[in-house]
Amino acid sequence: MEETTLNNNILAKLSDKFGEKVTAVSEPYGMLTFATTKDVIVNVLSFLKEELKFNFLTDITAVHYPGKDHGIAVVYHLHNMVEKVRIRIKVFISEQNPTIPTATTVWKGANWMERETYDLFGVKFEGHPDLRRILNMDELGVHPMLKQYPLEDPNRVDKKDEFFGR
Amino acid sequence: MNHNHPVFTDNDPQSELVTLNLGPTHPATHGVFQNVLQLDGERIVSGVSTIGYIHRAFEKIAEHRPFYQITPLTDRLNYCSSPINNMGWHMTVEKLLNIQMPKRVDYLRVIIMELSRISDHIICNTIIGQDTGATTTFLYLFQFREHIYEIFEEVCGARLTTNIGRIGGFERDFNEIAFAKINKFLKEFPVALREFENLLSRNRIFIDRTAGVAEVTKETALEYSWTGPLLRATGVDYDVRVSDPYSSYQDFDFEVPVGTSGDIYDRYLVRNEEMWQSVRIIEQALEKIKLEPKGIFHADVPEFYLPPKQEVYNNMEALIYHFKIVMGEIDAPKAEVYHAVEGGNGELGFYLINDGGRTPYRLHFRRPSFVNYQMFAPMSEGMLLSDAIINMSSMNIIAGELDA
Repeated sequence: MEETTLNNNILAKLSDKFGEKVTAVSEPYGMLTFATTKDVIVNVLSFLKEELKFNFLTDITAVHYPGKDHGIAVVYHLHNMVEKVRIRIKVFISEQNPTIPTATTVWKGANWMERETYDLFGVKFEGHPDLRRILNMDELGVHPMLKQYPLEDPNRVDKKDEFFGR
Repeated sequence: MNHNHPVFTDNDPQSELVTLNLGPTHPATHGVFQNVLQLDGERIVSGVSTIGYIHRAFEKIAEHRPFYQITPLTDRLNYCSSPINNMGWHMTVEKLLNIQMPKRVDYLRVIIMELSRISDHIICNTIIGQDTGATTTFLYLFQFREHIYEIFEEVCGARLTTNIGRIGGFERDFNEIAFAKINKFLKEFPVALREFENLLSRNRIFIDRTAGVAEVTKETALEYSWTGPLLRATGVDYDVRVSDPYSSYQDFDFEVPVGTSGDIYDRYLVRNEEMWQSVRIIEQALEKIKLEPKGIFHADVPEFYLPPKQEVYNNMEALIYHFKIVMGEIDAPKAEVYHAVEGGNGELGFYLINDGGRTPYRLHFRRPSFVNYQMFAPMSEGMLLSDAIINMSSMNIIAGELDA
């Protein structure tokens, strides 16, 4: 498994540098995935960019897990185009105070991705040059991708999972 | 009302600058997006892009739909090459379910995806011609998009928003007419494309308008996460089909064209060459299909692939599977997966988190137009307005993909 050796090397270098800040390591479908904390995320990203040649920021997005201590996961996908490796980094932040340092200092392309994440999830990227809503109107007032906002009429009962044995 | 968009209406009356609203509906922007530009004569001093005019909340809707109902949503991302989106989504789910596809299905998919790529590039390149004043080329090559749509129509019944294929393969095999139409297309299209190139590629007016305009360096393009023909025009040979092969692209022999300066002329040339390469790929795929066993158009995964209606009425297992698939009751692993395909405009990624429910827990589209377009306003600064217009056409921003 060539992929796994590569991933192990990357992980070893990351663990050397950041020690216990690299947690929850897994490898779903061959992509190295780990969690880190928001105080080191910019260092992790720059380390990956400068030292490990992850020169390309593929994507920034977020996931909402309601009811947990740190209910919002900000997810970064990076890509090392030379060695053809992708990597996924997650930062779990609290729902009440969803702040995280901006990645625009590392990649300029993070600008709109972070604006989209702010618009849809309310994640405040600290130090972002222009953190405004991008897809929704300014007057919306809510961040619609959070799970508490239902898409359909919440009174509908015919689509509840319990009727299907889940 | 709390407008925090910067709108340049409180200009100093003594100011020499003119505020121009380019869009939201402007014939030269080919889509619904607005740019508020400040002009000094013909030069753009600064600009602000506003997007989201056709935001349809696909990521939210996708959290409430079973997997197979998400395919029509992907149609409406880049509606100029819907089949690539459809198949990218199917392949994401297949990756999640660990389905091995038969080679013949992969090759059929490659044919459809390359036809879509050609149709996407036809739109972009002919419109660059149109915006520089060459209407002839637009009218001349655009009819081949029609022929591509006729092929799609033969395969799946739809033309623009195709909803082509299923998770696990195609809904039916290609018929003889479809193959005949593909062969006819392969015969006629290269002739037209050659003539199109003769009309534009060495055309003095066209070169004057495009060469050296909106140059972008490799470093800037990577910094702004550009992908697709735009990135390749700057000289980076990144193509998902090669670096991360899906749907058996590793079996094909094709080249990845790259430019040098990243200007509009290079983007035009890269897209043109990609159309030639797509033709090559389709020809190879047709040859390869002849060597594969006939009549296979889906993987043998009855628990994920809808059974034929005949079976549903006469066979109990088929009825059960039919019910389970339609109700979104398939047993998918609880996992997260990222799958990328090379769309018409660049890397189209699907980030899917499945928690075992009937619908995705989270589905995120990494849309190339959205990521590419953020550089439009910064790079327009100092540019002539007329150059900014063709710069926008050469970026091939599709509003559906921009806003999701």
